[in-house]
Amino acid sequence: MAQNPAPAVAGGKVKKQKRSQFSGMSKALVRRETISAYMFLLPSLIFFVGFVVIPMIMCLVYSFLDMGLDVGSAKFIGLSNYVEMFNDPVFRKGLLNTVIIVVVAVPSVTAFSLWVSSAIYQMKAVTRSFFRCVFYLPVVTGTVAVTVVWKWMFNTYNGLINQVFGSTHNWLGDPSTALACIIMILFTTSIGQPIVLYVAALGNVDQSLVEAAQVDGATKLQVFWKIKWPQIMPTTLYILVITTINSFQCFALIQLLTRGGPNHATDTIMYYIFDMAYNVHRFGYANAMGVILAIIIAIFSAIQFKVAKTDNG
Amino acid sequence: MNSAKSKLSGTSTGYKVFTIVILVLLAIFFIFPLYWIITGSFKDAATINAPNPQWFPLNPTLENYAKLFKQPAFQWLLNIIIICVGALVLTCLTASLAGYALAKKRFYGRGILFTIIICAMALPKQVIVIPLLQEMSMIGLHDTLLAVILPTVGWPFGVFLMKQFAETIPTEILEAARVDGAGELRTFFSVVFPMIKPGIGALAIFTFVNTWNDYFMQLIMLNSREMWTLPEGIARLQGEMSSDFGLIMAGATLAAVPIVAVFIAFQKYFTQGISMGAVKG
Repeated sequence: MAQNPAPAVAGGKVKKQKRSQFSGMSKALVRRETISAYMFLLPSLIFFVGFVVIPMIMCLVYSFLDMGLDVGSAKFIGLSNYVEMFNDPVFRKGLLNTVIIVVVAVPSVTAFSLWVSSAIYQMKAVTRSFFRCVFYLPVVTGTVAVTVVWKWMFNTYNGLINQVFGSTHNWLGDPSTALACIIMILFTTSIGQPIVLYVAALGNVDQSLVEAAQVDGATKLQVFWKIKWPQIMPTTLYILVITTINSFQCFALIQLLTRGGPNHATDTIMYYIFDMAYNVHRFGYANAMGVILAIIIAIFSAIQFKVAKTDNG
Repeated sequence: MNSAKSKLSGTSTGYKVFTIVILVLLAIFFIFPLYWIITGSFKDAATINAPNPQWFPLNPTLENYAKLFKQPAFQWLLNIIIICVGALVLTCLTASLAGYALAKKRFYGRGILFTIIICAMALPKQVIVIPLLQEMSMIGLHDTLLAVILPTVGWPFGVFLMKQFAETIPTEILEAARVDGAGELRTFFSVVFPMIKPGIGALAIFTFVNTWNDYFMQLIMLNSREMWTLPEGIARLQGEMSSDFGLIMAGATLAAVPIVAVFIAFQKYFTQGISMGAVKG
């Protein structure tokens, strides 16, 4: 199958030349193309600017204000919100919990989905689809539905887990187990997409390289690390980034299961932002925390890109 | 050849069996919550509060559903369907137009626009929901279904996905359409659109499920009882009567079963859409 290299070259993977995108186009044509391009982009840009860019700017501007429900009486207070945040023990607890969730969930989701995908991607199409479906099931069942059934299963009195183990533990009410339960549920709702991505990526690994290595006597482990791993690196990076973003934004689980309790043991930044805006009506402070959360996520993503780049040589 | 191959790949039968056993156990673990939701919705209060679990509802009852429909649950279902379908149609239309332009047109500002879109995608979506709440209050859309639909359409993932699909269209075909005298819109609808149909299908399903699951946005934007969506309604009911698990499971069944059915029916497009989005993440 891989005998003839010609189609691979002709298959559109020719590197784009570094010249200007306009080479060989007359000025009039460029102008006409630009106008028509923006006509195509316009509907999308209206939504993007109106409901993504403007709120982003509002978020930043409001973070410098002391603002409640009444926007008219907002006062400019400079960096006070940011200063307050770092002296706020609840915020620091929320930050710590969020980081714990990310640091536990992201590597375990990535490693586990890679293991499952490696195990299933060479199976028969039917079996592969079955497992892929099963692991995606919690995503399509819906966050709220999955969370409420886990809440029931974790219930002290009529929950399945205590009934099966004959225990009377208050899983979600005990600070030492609540966060672990939340991370476990987050895990089950997070691995669906990575598995789909990894199965696709592993299926695209150049088989001729794998066969060549096997003929040369490489072990299964060597084939994996030297040949497959570098080729699925872009997928790994993508999975790391999306899982990180999702874990940082962990909200529904917290709000439905524990409301940040007991005694802030399960507060996350996202839940605290919600609480500040929705219940306490301190919009300036909530937006300032939003800005910090966005910056932290940006830093994490940048680090992952950096590490992946150097890993690739 | 065959025996040599299996020897070289170095997988022992023991390991294979071990893998299968673990996978099957995990599969049960992942299916179980859905099973427990559906069976739970048919159990009466006595069974649910009994000290021992009943693995299958032996005396199935519809009392939970009767209770559920005393709430405006049907309205909630309708609301979430309107939101999802509205977001889906608008997203597919605007994103396919924009993705085509980004992939196939040469114009000023193309590079920077694409960079902005990528950067926006890496930002936490939920963070802008709080300022969005204020924006929606200002323009009078708070507590309407549009307050959930419009920001969903604005999210740039769809544009990114459609750009990936549109890049596979051969430029020669577009040239040929131009030579034949087709205008821009004509070219788009009769040449481009049919070619990116699989991509649009993938985007449609993806948008539908993600919008359905965007509980945070629904919770923030929709306040009055008859505006709630089904997931939001279940969540809020759970807050009001947290111990009536039968009722909550009935709501969860109503929310989960249709979308699981859609997923199983369109599984192929679904996985295709997810993997396409990451080609050049």
